[in-house]
Amino acid sequence: MVTLLYFASLRESLGCSREQVSLPAGVPTVSLLIEALRGRGEKWAEALAAGKPWRVAVNQQMASLATPLKPGDEVALFPPVTGG
Amino acid sequence: MPRVRVQAEDFDVGRELDALTRGRRDVGAVASFVGLVRDANDGQAIGGMTLEHYPGMTEKALEEVCAQADSRWDLIGMVVVHRVGSLVPGDQIVLVGVASAHRGEAFAACEFIMDYLKTRAPFWKREDTPTGARWVEARASDDLAAGRWKE
Repeated sequence: MVTLLYFASLRESLGCSREQVSLPAGVPTVSLLIEALRGRGEKWAEALAAGKPWRVAVNQQMASLATPLKPGDEVALFPPVTGG
Repeated sequence: MPRVRVQAEDFDVGRELDALTRGRRDVGAVASFVGLVRDANDGQAIGGMTLEHYPGMTEKALEEVCAQADSRWDLIGMVVVHRVGSLVPGDQIVLVGVASAHRGEAFAACEFIMDYLKTRAPFWKREDTPTGARWVEARASDDLAAGRWKE
């Protein structure tokens, strides 16, 4: 299992701020996890589409599609940051 | 060395900057930046805004940006305070203060920290406009500003 967190507009459009999910079979990476989430339906596929500028962090460090995942990881999905 | 805080409460710029130099005799320059909530953005009136963040990662990201500044310039002290929650026009959002022996390093490090903060620290602004609330979109100019510092 990994903990998934969603922030800002992504949290709103998905209607979810936090959940626990099982890791996909095989060699789990961010990419495989995103694929699994897109498979949940149109809302998810659209929000996490390849052309959308969402970002991902693993264990509170910016990550990429190739970042490997392991049980217990904290994965966060969010739009580009707008602080300052 | 850096003092990084994320908080809902307002901050006292004078007190924060004073803490950088109090009891020291080696500081020759303090540069600071204060970001404020404007009453208009992208052609619309802004009644207020809500700042969301990623607790835990935010502090780490700010510490990391300060660590990078510290490795690039010869700095004596740094402070970063960023507010979250509900803010109205005129409110202070962020403070960056940098102390060094000479002004060049303080100016440069202060701008660097702001540029990196804007593209790396997980904060998101939601503005209240007359036609409803909207999430602020990231600006390409912020990426360009951060890109200037690439070695």
